[in-house]
Amino acid sequence: MLKGKRIVVTGVLTDGSIAWHVARLAQEQGASIVVTGFGRSMRLTERAAQRLPDPPPVLELDITEPAHMEALVADLDERWGTVDGALHAIAYAPEDALGGLFLSTPAESAATAFIISAFSFKTLAAGLRPLMQRAGGGSLVALDFDNTWAWPGYDWMGVSKAALQSVTRYLARYLGADNIRANAVAAGPISTVAARSIPGIEEFVAAWGERAPLTWDMEDPEPIAQMVCVLLSDWAPATTGEVIHVDGGFHAVALARHEE
Amino acid sequence: MDRSEIESKLNDLLVDELGIDRDALAQDAKFEEDLDVDSLGVVELLMALEDNFGVKIPDEEAEQITTVGEAVDLVEKKLAS
Repeated sequence: MLKGKRIVVTGVLTDGSIAWHVARLAQEQGASIVVTGFGRSMRLTERAAQRLPDPPPVLELDITEPAHMEALVADLDERWGTVDGALHAIAYAPEDALGGLFLSTPAESAATAFIISAFSFKTLAAGLRPLMQRAGGGSLVALDFDNTWAWPGYDWMGVSKAALQSVTRYLARYLGADNIRANAVAAGPISTVAARSIPGIEEFVAAWGERAPLTWDMEDPEPIAQMVCVLLSDWAPATTGEVIHVDGGFHAVALARHEE
Repeated sequence: MDRSEIESKLNDLLVDELGIDRDALAQDAKFEEDLDVDSLGVVELLMALEDNFGVKIPDEEAEQITTVGEAVDLVEKKLAS
């Protein structure tokens, strides 16, 4: 499905990360990939990369460092010359922006969550744009958690994820002329290092069990990886600015299921 | 591999990978409180353990680990099974 595609995968922290499974499946489907990591978790990313079917290069990318983005683009230019797509799996919120502190979160913390979790999709897109233009187009995919509703404790991370959906639509608008698509995958909760750092994640999991029409297995990131790979492939050529739910149908129904 | 070998290899990992002072290492040393290893550090340690000992440590079990001694226990158990 991804034969010959050159794809940048951010957000690989461990071999449990959703991004790791995207990287694995993309390789299995024929893509060449590089993964990015940053700062003190670089060693983790390198370890996780070694566990991929074909251990890829690990490049450093702190998305808030313009010099890193420039170095990444220069490396990819020399390595490949073109890029066909990228997965944005980057999010962070300071502790005081999460966990029920919504009303007292300082502006700086909310801004940090927004810059790292939403604005960064623009940073990645703008940086890779010339390499995708050279490929005749491309596909950008962001990992999202749907924030149509207010969740318990997700707070400014939730606001940032809502912003990420909007950033996705604006990228679609500005990059469509280059045949570059931008979409988000709104995933149900998966048991990852990142998810476990969210206070009250158990409540989300319980809610999914009761409400999602399809069985939701929080230990199985495969359905999300599959959808990301579809969007990165040539099989979604007229889909852009879209938020696709891979959540067992949770978003489509209200209230818990009864034994019907 | 006996317990003391596991222990010495684990200590090497803690010193080499996580930059912990060897003198601070004790069986009952708590990662977060005593060794200043945060949750990401514990994840890194567990991946290092998996790579070095050839064992698979599920997240549910990994999250129970709070001390050096418990990490040794877990690796010992995994190697035995």
